[in-house]
Amino acid sequence: MTTAAVKNKSAITLKGSSDILCDYLNYGINSILFQRGLYPSEDFQATENYGLNILMSTNNKIKEFLATTLGQLKEWLIKRTVNRVALIITNVKTLEVMERWDFTIEYEGNIEDGEAQTSDKPLKQIKNEIRDVLRQIASSVSYLPLLDCLCSFDIQIYTTNDVELPEKWALAEPANIKNAQSVKMRSFSTQIHKMDTAVTYRNED
Amino acid sequence: MSQFKFWNEINSVFSMEGPITKGPQPRYERKKNNVLSTSSSLNSSKQRSFSTSCLSISSKTPSKRVENDSGRSKTPSRTPFRKSKTPTPNKNGRTPGGDRFIPSRVNSNLDLAQYKLAQDDNSQEENGNGRNELKKAISEQLLGNQKVFSYINKAPTAPEGFQNPMRVLYSQTRTPASVKSTSRYIPQAPDRILDAPDIIDDFYLNLIDWGSNNILAAALGSQVYLWNAGTGNIEQLLSLEGNDYVCSLNWIEEGDCLAIGTTQGTVELWDCSRSKRLRIMNGHSARVGSLAWNSFVLTSGCRSGQIIHHDVRQREHILATISGHSQEVCGLTWSPDGRYLASGGNDNVVNVWPRSNDGHQSETTPLHTFVQHQAAVKALAWCPWQPHILATGGGTADRHIRIWNCNTGTCVNSIDTKSQVCSLLWAQNYKELVSGHGFANNEVAIWKYPAMTKVSELKGHTARVLHLAMSPDGSTILSAGADETLRLWKCFTKDPVRAKDKEGTVKVKPSALRQCIR
Repeated sequence: MTTAAVKNKSAITLKGSSDILCDYLNYGINSILFQRGLYPSEDFQATENYGLNILMSTNNKIKEFLATTLGQLKEWLIKRTVNRVALIITNVKTLEVMERWDFTIEYEGNIEDGEAQTSDKPLKQIKNEIRDVLRQIASSVSYLPLLDCLCSFDIQIYTTNDVELPEKWALAEPANIKNAQSVKMRSFSTQIHKMDTAVTYRNED
Repeated sequence: MSQFKFWNEINSVFSMEGPITKGPQPRYERKKNNVLSTSSSLNSSKQRSFSTSCLSISSKTPSKRVENDSGRSKTPSRTPFRKSKTPTPNKNGRTPGGDRFIPSRVNSNLDLAQYKLAQDDNSQEENGNGRNELKKAISEQLLGNQKVFSYINKAPTAPEGFQNPMRVLYSQTRTPASVKSTSRYIPQAPDRILDAPDIIDDFYLNLIDWGSNNILAAALGSQVYLWNAGTGNIEQLLSLEGNDYVCSLNWIEEGDCLAIGTTQGTVELWDCSRSKRLRIMNGHSARVGSLAWNSFVLTSGCRSGQIIHHDVRQREHILATISGHSQEVCGLTWSPDGRYLASGGNDNVVNVWPRSNDGHQSETTPLHTFVQHQAAVKALAWCPWQPHILATGGGTADRHIRIWNCNTGTCVNSIDTKSQVCSLLWAQNYKELVSGHGFANNEVAIWKYPAMTKVSELKGHTARVLHLAMSPDGSTILSAGADETLRLWKCFTKDPVRAKDKEGTVKVKPSALRQCIR
């Protein structure tokens, strides 16, 4: 009994794992917004996490948007109904999709355990894995094409078919990019969720 | 009610007025008028009473009218225009109301017509929506059992007129910082160009060093060459076997001893006056990309992220092994007074280590950890005249030069250089800082310190400037580019007048090494 209690102390629950994923997405998306130059750099403030300096938006509307979206995502993550989260960068004028960041989610471990599922993976190791992905995101500017237009972003969540449409949410069409090129980043896992990150962008040629 | 009827009759008379002058109004026109007058009732409630009564007067076959009405609305008022021409043979005839094309402005309701036209458009749009639904259905089929959701309240877009700041990365614009004119002349062309065939184009290595003996050591692939800057002699010091290559080299502060780091993880010491290897020191598991001397202690940084202090005098040479970086250590340098060691890594971190109290190695816990850089930090340089000031430069994703005060651990200054910072050097003769840049500008830049205004840009390299070195007299800098050339720039020649004044005051600092040997 005591060993089980000790074991559970450091274990990550399904909810905790969902929190880790949402935190990663929050930092990752902010980092993308900064690195891809979607918003003026004055709107960003450096925050330390994962042993990195990550630039986070200070714009209240963006913060609110991300908080609501990720809050909803967390609910779905706990219910295991999400397959993918996509960050879409579109040209404001032509509404053309310029770039898409795909965060694919796989469910690992004993899914039959339901909400009681736990993982023994050390948090530090997970954070290190996340740090490596975030670093790759930050260095992606060196090969991604310049977004030479006013751009906006949107987040789409791909769920299983049995999910009810929540209030203030709408069905969207998946964004496709013409002449696309894709680069896969590292992935990380909490042993409950596994997240793959990839960027798809328009090839100039 | 009766007075309304009366008014309606009057009104209907008036409404007949226009066409009557041209003869009896054609039947279709009368009908048209009826249609319009009835439908005008839609617009305002006030008119309702008499327009309905108008209907009762003029239309005798209401059922037919309705049919016509629906027929008309589809072809909005085109035919009446054309036909209204025909019954007016004499053009000089009076046309009351002044408009022959619209028979009766009083009864025709243009607003309504507009509304009807717009409605037609709407119905077309509905068709379009239907098509979209079809599309959706198809895409849903393609997606399988998936739904795609997005939040309705979208994030705001950037303010109008905002330009992507990343543009600088792609468009090769020069830094906006004004090129400040200085009183001295800085030659824009290199003094000399040396060939450096097979120099490895790797950001993480340190392949060039110019010793106090005025000999330049350069690692070209697996070989190390020595170029005597005074005589111009070139000599090959060593050649590694197999696929190994030299990853780093560093001259001892004084003397002919050169330290070399290899891909095998070994550190070799060479006596260059005799071209003889003195010893090989193990300890690292991966390539040694950075080296720094502090008196008799040689500090080496490895790809694994470890830093080892070697006491080169002892048989058991490893003094300490430090793990401060999670990725390759690519920048390593001791401050001129030997109090601090700065290390920069591919993990975007700069660590400043204090010297331990009992020797020339550093403590195993960092004094400061700077994580502000967004990319790998290879360029590190200590200020020669303020020994606690450190300059660091970040890679492509960062592009900043940051100046740190290591006594307080604060960032004193930072400047966006708009291109990858590969190396940094402080000038000895002037209060200036030199930076070697990679993508996008591939240039050497000279900055005024502490204002950090750009003094000059030295262009010529066709690929990134990987390494910088300075001659012992501080007058010349050497830049090594990935274009396999070494360029010598004579940009810090001393002012002859001022140099004479200073000569008397300059004191030669006694070497720490000599003190120890004694």
